[in-house]
Amino acid sequence: MKSNTLILHTAALLIMPLQLMFSVFLLFRGHDEPGGGFIGGLVASGAFVLYAFAFGAEATRHLLRVGPRDLLAAGLLLGLASTLPALLSGQPMLTAHWWELPLPGDSYIKLSTPLVFDIGVYFAVLGTIMTFVIGLMESEES
Amino acid sequence: MLLAVLSGFLLAIAAPLLHKVAGRFIGWLLAALPASLFVFFCSFLPDVQDGPLLLEYQWMPGLDISLNFLVDGLSLVFALLISGIGTFILIYAGAYMSGHKSLARFYVIMLSFMASMLGLVLSDNLITLFVFWELTSITSYMLIGFNHEDMEARKCALQGLFVTAAGGLALMAGLILLAIMGGTYSLTELLASDQPMHQHAFYVGAVLCVLAGTFTKSAQVPFHFWLPNAMAAPTPVSAFLHSATMVKAGVYLMARLNPSLGEGELWSQMLMGFGAATMLTGAYLAFSSTGIKKVLAYSTVMALGTLTMLIGVGTELAMTAFICFLVAHSLYKGALFMLAGALDHETGTKDITRMSGLRRSMPVAAVIAAGAALSLAGLPPLFGFIAKELMLESLLDAPLWSMALIILTVVSAMLIVGVAGLVAIKPFFGKSGNTPKVPHEAPFGMLIGPAVLTLFALVFGLAPFLPEAFLLKAAVASAYGAPVEFHLALWHGINQPLVLSMVSLVAGLLLFKAWTRLQPTLHAVNSAGSRFGPEAGYFKIMEWITVVSGWQTRLLQNGVLGIYMLVLVAITFGLAGYTMINHYGVQFTLNLADSHFYEWGIALLLVASAAFASATHSRLGSVASMGVLGYAVALTFILFSAPDLGITQLLVETLTVILLVLVLFKLPEFVNLSTPFQRFRDLAVAVLAGVTITVMMLAVLDIQYFDTISSYYVENSAPLGFGRNIVNVILVDFRALDTLGEIFVLSLAAIGVFSMLKLKAEDQHKP
Repeated sequence: MKSNTLILHTAALLIMPLQLMFSVFLLFRGHDEPGGGFIGGLVASGAFVLYAFAFGAEATRHLLRVGPRDLLAAGLLLGLASTLPALLSGQPMLTAHWWELPLPGDSYIKLSTPLVFDIGVYFAVLGTIMTFVIGLMESEES
Repeated sequence: MLLAVLSGFLLAIAAPLLHKVAGRFIGWLLAALPASLFVFFCSFLPDVQDGPLLLEYQWMPGLDISLNFLVDGLSLVFALLISGIGTFILIYAGAYMSGHKSLARFYVIMLSFMASMLGLVLSDNLITLFVFWELTSITSYMLIGFNHEDMEARKCALQGLFVTAAGGLALMAGLILLAIMGGTYSLTELLASDQPMHQHAFYVGAVLCVLAGTFTKSAQVPFHFWLPNAMAAPTPVSAFLHSATMVKAGVYLMARLNPSLGEGELWSQMLMGFGAATMLTGAYLAFSSTGIKKVLAYSTVMALGTLTMLIGVGTELAMTAFICFLVAHSLYKGALFMLAGALDHETGTKDITRMSGLRRSMPVAAVIAAGAALSLAGLPPLFGFIAKELMLESLLDAPLWSMALIILTVVSAMLIVGVAGLVAIKPFFGKSGNTPKVPHEAPFGMLIGPAVLTLFALVFGLAPFLPEAFLLKAAVASAYGAPVEFHLALWHGINQPLVLSMVSLVAGLLLFKAWTRLQPTLHAVNSAGSRFGPEAGYFKIMEWITVVSGWQTRLLQNGVLGIYMLVLVAITFGLAGYTMINHYGVQFTLNLADSHFYEWGIALLLVASAAFASATHSRLGSVASMGVLGYAVALTFILFSAPDLGITQLLVETLTVILLVLVLFKLPEFVNLSTPFQRFRDLAVAVLAGVTITVMMLAVLDIQYFDTISSYYVENSAPLGFGRNIVNVILVDFRALDTLGEIFVLSLAAIGVFSMLKLKAEDQHKP
């Protein structure tokens, strides 16, 4: 399935990058403000779904570069990886760890295992929905 | 220690990459890990002489699941065998499978197996032990089916998996019963507790369940049939998993639990009975087979039976014999299997009847085979002899069934002497045979392993005080439950066991002489047996399972989505409503005074869209009005200050509509197929569900049975979770385990949809 309207093509190309940036923004602000990995992942999937509607499944696959199920696996692995620091330091599973990376100037980046975990959720959600959508669209084409 | 156990998994991840770099020498490179683990485990030897060590690592303390490791004589014997034999297996596999297109995949699974096996024998926590136990079953499945393009290999792999996984489920039940009886999931505490387990009401159940697990894993009669079939695996796998390590997991667990469960009569009778039966069956089938790997596989079955029987006897002497026989068997059987692989590799056949006179072309292999076979037959000066003498001695003064066990053991010993002849004399002596390939000596990598293992058997035989002092004393103590005084020696003078050994040796050699002539008879007996044997039972059960699952699928999964919904909704709300009325009664106060007009507006929208969705005949219309319903719910969330929920709801609604639209095109024209009765039934269930949930929510507002935990989250979100968005802090920190579970469920759903779409597509391609 692929639409041939110029309006959708143009709009998709304009809106999609914004959506993706917004999804990352939502992902990273999630710990303090509304947002987070789940919501971010949904917004990102919205972006790719829009692209898929405009340009078809094949083009979306190409844009994603990796298969949707690889995204899924990456998400799960990130989620599991976030449990490792606690395991290696002998704490109960999923105990949060926080690090502050100093940057030039007086600022710093807050890094933490919950963040890694949230990024994992983001990819798992994105992978799931892209598996659904690309799978459905391709089964239609064949 | 944690790193030692997990390092196998880590190396497994890196193996494909290393394979690209190391190429031909990958076996030697990877073998460095088990070799260094072997040295590491050796460093514990002085410590365990004074008793067990407990190395603690937390994992999920809230669920009583830990990664504590129990290091004592017994677990150390196993860990050393696994890492030691593993070292040579990896080297051997490099030579044996050299140039195989998926060698990297082989190493990934093999290393994962090794790590799981180490985890199994070192775990202190019953749950963790069970997880590692299942991991060994799964990796074994993948290794048996390694040549996955071969239909036969896949079938055998599935058979092994079914048998061991079915046993695994029983084992889980058994371990949980055990934990309930002992009040703890920790092996150390279970073994240390002095309450008499065999008087507990659950004792019989726990023993039966645990034994179902260990008997299937350790291929005891009547589950022994999967092990010879597992020989479909590449030989390094057979040598490692199906002789030296994995099949011994069941034996390990029985030995481990022996001090705790062994006091009951049921335990010893079950173990002695099944063990002795397995021993004899294994010995007979080994003698009557012609494929060299089958011969060895059945002799492994015999050894596993013997080990089980010795645990059942359970005296000090029997446990000493158990440990010695365990070590002896792993050494010679590992060596023999690797040699069998070398023979297969160099001659191109597994059939013993076609091999002879190979000593001229494979002199080194012949010498090693002779040494290992001496140990198998239980002849001096190898360690196997000491083990066998001890075994006979312990059976002579067994408290129960002594005479019967002796007779069975001597008969098995005769057959096994014959088997030793089959693997060491038949292929190498006599005039040159006619083999598919022109035989020549196996490469160094394939001979080093068997050579070193046999050398160990020889050294242990000549100087039994060495292993005794460093290892066996502690191992026997942990299997028996108390320190045991014993002294191993090669020569005990002329006594009863020696006489029995002589008898079995002479009879065994006569049997070997007659082997070629006996073949037709044995073959006839076996083919008759296979029609009624346990394996035939297995196939019957598998057929039966297919029939039952077909029947219940048609009943429960009939494909009519409306029925699924009806059943789900009716049962859920029926039970919930019943519980509420029965336990709490219906009471609520409806306070509409402080509601705003826009809330009324949203409520109206909700009701209207729901009504429209259920009344319309247009699918698109119904999807759209469901979307409206979802948006109205999202609005409610936002009004009552739950922005996160609101956003999520909006996005999910949007994507749902998109997904539905994608599917909508594929559906046939809308037709009304339901009868008025069906529609009234559906209406009744829907109304019941709606009323129940409404009343329940109103009632919940008034009643407070437990303290609310939301205040905890509100207070601790910022100080403990370093975040101000409470919803997110709950998701990724406080209750991250739930979220982890959820993303796995999500992925499962995605994979389910994917495979359904693929299946559908494949169906359409078929004519």
